[in-house]
Amino acid sequence: MALQVREKSGARRIRKTLTVLRSAEDLYGYWRDFEHLPQFMDHVESVTVLDDKRSHWVAKAPLGQTVEWDAEIHEERTNEYITWRSLSGSQVEHSGEVRFRPASGDRGTEVSVMIRYVPPGGRVGATIAKLFGEEPSQQLDEDLYRFKQIMEAGRIPTIAGQPHGQRQFLAAAMQRMET
Amino acid sequence: MRALCWQGTGKVDVETVPDPEIIDQRDAILRVTSTAICGSDLHLYDGYIPTMQKGDILGHEFMGEVVEVGREVKNLTQGDRVVSAFSISCGNCFHCRRELWALCENSNPNWRMLATMFGFPGAALFGYSHLYGGYAGGQAEYVRVPFADIGLLPVPEDLDDEKVLFLSDVFPTGYMAAENCGIQSGDIVAIWGMGPVGQMAAVSALLLGADRVIAIDRFPERLRMAEEHSGAYAVNYEETDDLVEFLKELTGGRGPDSAIEAVGMEAHSTGPGGIYDRVKQTVRLETGRPTALRQAIQACRPGGTVSIPGVFGGVIDKMPMGAAFAKGLTFKMGQTHMPRYMRPLLDRIVQGQLDPSFIITHRLPLEQAPEAYKVFREKDDECIKVVLNPGP
Repeated sequence: MALQVREKSGARRIRKTLTVLRSAEDLYGYWRDFEHLPQFMDHVESVTVLDDKRSHWVAKAPLGQTVEWDAEIHEERTNEYITWRSLSGSQVEHSGEVRFRPASGDRGTEVSVMIRYVPPGGRVGATIAKLFGEEPSQQLDEDLYRFKQIMEAGRIPTIAGQPHGQRQFLAAAMQRMET
Repeated sequence: MRALCWQGTGKVDVETVPDPEIIDQRDAILRVTSTAICGSDLHLYDGYIPTMQKGDILGHEFMGEVVEVGREVKNLTQGDRVVSAFSISCGNCFHCRRELWALCENSNPNWRMLATMFGFPGAALFGYSHLYGGYAGGQAEYVRVPFADIGLLPVPEDLDDEKVLFLSDVFPTGYMAAENCGIQSGDIVAIWGMGPVGQMAAVSALLLGADRVIAIDRFPERLRMAEEHSGAYAVNYEETDDLVEFLKELTGGRGPDSAIEAVGMEAHSTGPGGIYDRVKQTVRLETGRPTALRQAIQACRPGGTVSIPGVFGGVIDKMPMGAAFAKGLTFKMGQTHMPRYMRPLLDRIVQGQLDPSFIITHRLPLEQAPEAYKVFREKDDECIKVVLNPGP
């Protein structure tokens, strides 16, 4: 599970690192085209690149709603890192960074993601909490793992759509209670 | 199509379910011509593996004819006759590139569950619970094979299904168990559990240069099979008070050079130790009954190797680590790295070095699979290996 740190200011930071068997160049190149990100970021519906620095993000929210914000690249170094922050006035105020470091030997590239956000209060806060899930660190874990699967295997493995026999959830639940 | 579906602990049924379709462009669909029930399927049947769902299609030992391939599967075409590995590997990750195929990082959709249990997600398996990916198995008329470019081995038309079917699991598994022993000339290899994996480990140990195999079981028919096909010295552990001492006597007081534990989490045993484990496992304080493993550690000669193809899933008690440490034993274990072994072992079959079909005791149509599970579970009728035929 991703590491979580709670700062004194109330802001939270979550961090996760995974090693991906591709070059930093390949990984950086894919990530830097932000319109790719919804392919592995589960809650992000679309990212529209506005110019070289700025992008517009639309994310899924409960009850078929969406939340939107603009983000800009703060700093970047080709094949090494990208840092970004949401623009002021965004519904979701956060900043983040992704770093790509060659792993030892022939082990590929270590990809580290850090996201810092201030949990908002009120109705927006509740929406945001649902948006990132009860466990934002789990969301980050899963997003980053999907990134690895896409970059290594070219797909996210799935069993959706395969056949199975009759499911009986009620009966199954009752049986579990009996045993 | 017709498929064998898990219904709950101790119950499986053949149901009519939709035919599988290509979901991903690295998939293939097979028409299954032969499939077998594995000893490890009994762990599912007995309810020892969590995350099974009613309706899950079982079976990870199967072969058949390719009827459809995804666009990205370049090495197979419709009509190819193939054997499938029981495990699913992407071929792209660090572990696949090092031929540690069973440790594939990208094939399991439920990687998180396994990672939570074991700290690391392993390869997905066919028909082996949602923990291992939830992929539908091959005890069916048709099966979807993901990452088909990696896990399917084409086999020559002139070899019967029965000769090559066991390339899907038990032959590579027994072979890797023997290879893990690092056998040197003059070695004596003791094998606990003379089920199909134990039988395959025995013949493999001989192929790899072992001087002699000691076969340990309690079923006379399994011991007879090992005597007949591996020239093994057979030991019925129910007929000896002290198996470890008996094994030392058989080996000039040295102990066997390697010990293969081909039993896993549901070992049977005599005496108070066996009762202790059975009680703890029943109340789920322990997830395995590691009697055979304990004996293997105690019997193995100093500096020897304990090789474990038997499946373990959680925590076990009373491991004689003091003995293992004092004797400087080497432990080797894990799921079989299938694609590493399938082709070389097919070559051995083609060359006539061995014919693994000797383990088959029962041949039944798929429709009779529920009976077959029962017979295999109870080891009735001297049942050792069941092959199911889904054909018309």
